Amino acid sequence: MNKRKNASLLGKRYLGCGNEKGTIEVHETPGNALGAYLDGGRIRVFCNAQDATGDTMNAGEILIHGSVGDAAGYAMRGGAIYVQGDTGYRCGIHMKEYQDKKPVIVVGGCCGSFLGEYQAGGVILVLGIGAEDRPPVGNFCAAGMHGGIIYLRTEHLPADLPGQITAKRAGREELTKIAPLVRRFCREFGEEEEALLSSCYYALTPNTRNPYRQLYVNN
Amino acid sequence: MLREGIDGVRIPSGCAVSAIFSKNGHRRSGENIIRSIALMHERSNGLGGGFAAYGIYPEYKNLYALHLFYEGKKAKEACEEFLNEHFDVVNLSKIPTRKVPSIKDEPLIWRYFVEPLHTKLSESQLDEETFVSRCVIRVNSEIDGAYIFSSGKNMGVFKAVGYPEDVGEFYRLEDYKGYCWTAHGRYPTNTPGWWGGAHPFSLLDRSVVHNGEISSYDANRRTIEMYGYRCNLLTDTEVITYIIDYLNRRKGLSYEETASVIAAPFWSAIERESEEERRRLTYLRSAFSGMLITGPFSIIVGFTGGIMALNDRLKLRSMVVGEKGEDVYIASEESAIRLIEPELDKVWAPKGGEPVLYYLKDPEMV
Amino acid sequence: MALSELYPPYEVVRNPDRCIACRVCERQCANEVHRYDEDLKKMTADESKCVNCHRCVALCPTRALKIVKTDHCFRENENWPKETIEEIYRQAGSGGVLLSSMGNPKPYPIYWDRLLINASQVTNPSIDPLREPMETRVFLGKKPEEIHRDEAGKLLPNLPPQLELSTPILFSAMSYGSISYNAHKSLAQAARELGTCYNTGEGGLHQDFYPYGENTIVQVASGRFGVHKEYLSAGAAIEVKMGQGAKPGIGGHLPGAKIVGDVSRTRMIPEGSDAISPAPHHDIYSIEDLRQLVLSLKEVTHFEKPVIVKIAAVHNVAAIASGIARSGADIIAIDGFRGGTGAAPTRIRDNVGIPIELALAAVDQRLRDEGIRGNVSLIAGGSIRSSADVMKAILLGADAVYIATAALMALGCHLCRSCHSGKCSWGIATQRPELTQRLDPEIGAQRLVNLVTAWTHELKEMMGGMGINSIEALRGNRLMLRGVGLNEKELQILGVAHAGE
Repeated sequence: MNKRKNASLLGKRYLGCGNEKGTIEVHETPGNALGAYLDGGRIRVFCNAQDATGDTMNAGEILIHGSVGDAAGYAMRGGAIYVQGDTGYRCGIHMKEYQDKKPVIVVGGCCGSFLGEYQAGGVILVLGIGAEDRPPVGNFCAAGMHGGIIYLRTEHLPADLPGQITAKRAGREELTKIAPLVRRFCREFGEEEEALLSSCYYALTPNTRNPYRQLYVNN
Repeated sequence: MLREGIDGVRIPSGCAVSAIFSKNGHRRSGENIIRSIALMHERSNGLGGGFAAYGIYPEYKNLYALHLFYEGKKAKEACEEFLNEHFDVVNLSKIPTRKVPSIKDEPLIWRYFVEPLHTKLSESQLDEETFVSRCVIRVNSEIDGAYIFSSGKNMGVFKAVGYPEDVGEFYRLEDYKGYCWTAHGRYPTNTPGWWGGAHPFSLLDRSVVHNGEISSYDANRRTIEMYGYRCNLLTDTEVITYIIDYLNRRKGLSYEETASVIAAPFWSAIERESEEERRRLTYLRSAFSGMLITGPFSIIVGFTGGIMALNDRLKLRSMVVGEKGEDVYIASEESAIRLIEPELDKVWAPKGGEPVLYYLKDPEMV
Repeated sequence: MALSELYPPYEVVRNPDRCIACRVCERQCANEVHRYDEDLKKMTADESKCVNCHRCVALCPTRALKIVKTDHCFRENENWPKETIEEIYRQAGSGGVLLSSMGNPKPYPIYWDRLLINASQVTNPSIDPLREPMETRVFLGKKPEEIHRDEAGKLLPNLPPQLELSTPILFSAMSYGSISYNAHKSLAQAARELGTCYNTGEGGLHQDFYPYGENTIVQVASGRFGVHKEYLSAGAAIEVKMGQGAKPGIGGHLPGAKIVGDVSRTRMIPEGSDAISPAPHHDIYSIEDLRQLVLSLKEVTHFEKPVIVKIAAVHNVAAIASGIARSGADIIAIDGFRGGTGAAPTRIRDNVGIPIELALAAVDQRLRDEGIRGNVSLIAGGSIRSSADVMKAILLGADAVYIATAALMALGCHLCRSCHSGKCSWGIATQRPELTQRLDPEIGAQRLVNLVTAWTHELKEMMGGMGINSIEALRGNRLMLRGVGLNEKELQILGVAHAGE
């Protein structure tokens, strides 16, 4: 029994909030806003995480050996979130990138509705493991998306993709971008890299960075 | 006739104040304080006078002495029902008075010595004093025609519409003996028809006599009403009393600290203080900012075992303090002190915002 | 020429006897109204482009210009005024949502103008503010609930973080992007000189302005632009923007065309990309979520900064404020429906929300009824036009006020309400370098300092008249207010008596 005796982290909010370095390991379901404003270092969770994980995070890595709640990676600007299981609603909402800051979210299972809503930058990869017979995302995927990219490992695109989104089968070029993310995912969660990489992927991108330009008239 | 406060009327007034305090607990009758306040007759206009006396009920000193005005029998019945529900009433009687030509329209005036019923007290989950003060506030705001104007232990307030010297005679104050007396003569700008509006104002054993009209009234009232107080009278004195009760009894501030809240030094003065003092004063002023009192006031606060005199921070009202041996005199005018003690050891006018405090040398002596 | 149903609303009147054809007007007009006709050798004007910003009028060296309202008219119709008809033409022509700027111009009641302030006579002396101390310093923040002492009985300073201001007037949120670098610099400098704060809005904080941190409120809005740990720690306080008076309930949208250069860097989004602020914060769908965001902001800044929650004045504002006061927030900012904006849908701006006077009175009273007024300070905004408005707001219960439209006017704004065009001839609401250079930040800062200093003097005069020498004694002192021409209900909500009572 050489484990450090910690006060219980069950339900504790703001774990690692604003951290710049170091590693936190969590073995009991942490509270909301895990790793909010995270600025570096690593948070590893060996169970499910709750809502607003990685809210407005800037750098660092959050690794969830389980599923997460709603709004994971909200307004995230950098760093990476890897989720072994599923995510709730609005994963990656308003995620954005700037110069060398390029946020990444990789989800092993499926995502709830509004994945990548308002997405303005960064990469979301949904592997949909175990959901190969259906779209790995809920409704309204990529609503208002105007930057960045969403990769879906599936042969079933969601039926309700908005008009400003172009969905294209990933070619060699895209696959070389996906490969390191899958590799990292597999290293962390022990999945079969080869099997995953040999699947069919779709890339969703917005065809404009200014989706609402035509909506207004001067008054 | 509109009743002050009850009918939404707020009456500004000027005043005279006076006090006598014996540091060694020597108990004296009310004659001298009446003479002192009577000398400042010109500062009152016959529309309110009153006294507070400490140490007057030694035989009942562990019981709350409730003084009540009743407008009629019905109010008395309703109030006594309430009192019996919440208190063990150990003694009750009419407060003795004598006929004075200028004092008219007197209500029924009763006195009860009580202690809270243990069952009610523990049910309320309040400390004893908060329980009693809540009961007082409830009677005053909810039982029509009943008004508790004194509620402390071993002390009593006596007040009426009239000149203070007539009020003193009316209540036979020569028959009471106290170690501390405060007095008030009022000059309201219009006619209060109701005795509850006279001063001193008190809650539990804290009584306040006050001269001046504060300009911060509504800011203070709306602040203190958040904490379970009800300003029924709309008078400055009432709100000052509640603020002092809140800061001193409920928040545990000392009287000096209380003075640093209600008559806080100017920021420019605070900045000149030492680092530690600056922090203390900034804390008090910021933490209780809604209780800063502005505008003219001089107040004398009586409480069990002590007395505090305080002027507003600009010193817009007059106040003089005199000492003779173990006796202390405080009054709006020096002459009101000299009348009863011509040979003072020391006499001075305290600065604005600077509290003057005296305590019994031995609190057990009375 | 194509059919045009819209006749220009203004006429440019040029006095030919005075015009010397110096072409200043031509160079100054960002809307390209004026033009020198080489053939005719004289200045001409295309009124259809004029927004009535007065730039040309102000700079004409011979005072040859004035702008007048056209007397061209429709057949009179009380039900269909000119503006309404023209808006229909605009939408029929474009299919677009009408977009406007600055505050609601419609003739709704202005309660400030129906409230009168008291003064002392006889029973209580007035105070001469020029010679006696008159204190306008305020501390904004939560008050401690319990007194704590050390073993020696000394008071422990358990005061939660406070925002200390020398005058109860702050500059309200305007983002870098919606206004120019020089406008921000003017505000930052003025705030420092005045001992108050300006507010970044949701556009992030330009690197150059980090040194003004003590006088900066950094805002966190739903788009989270430029929000990171360093930014959050840079200011004197953090403001969570839940809503804005000019456009309650809707988000923001800074077009990609304005996301250039420093604006892009400061917001930390690529050039040319739209900056979309979602309508809600997507981590706040309920009041307990607000508590989560407020506390996460406190957590990341080590509980050293007061957190402001800014909401638009909407119908149930009192209940909302009561919830916020229990959310861990230190300050609530309430923005009334006449507050300005750099761009908002016209219909929202003109029809959503309620007046700040009623909202403020209702919130202050509700918090007192619940005994939690000490949990928070209140900042009122949404068209504070003068020191008298400031005074009335504080008497109704505000701790301080936000001003923005008035501040922009100090910088030269002429309220032409065309900010959304990005062609502000005064160099305020624009990012075009040739326009932004027109605003000298030194002069701008000085004019802001002048304005707020003058207002503060006026506040002191009014305070002195009431016999009050400290802001604390003004706050919520509603006995010092009387209404005129207000009905029972209005008086009841405002908590003031009618004049003569």
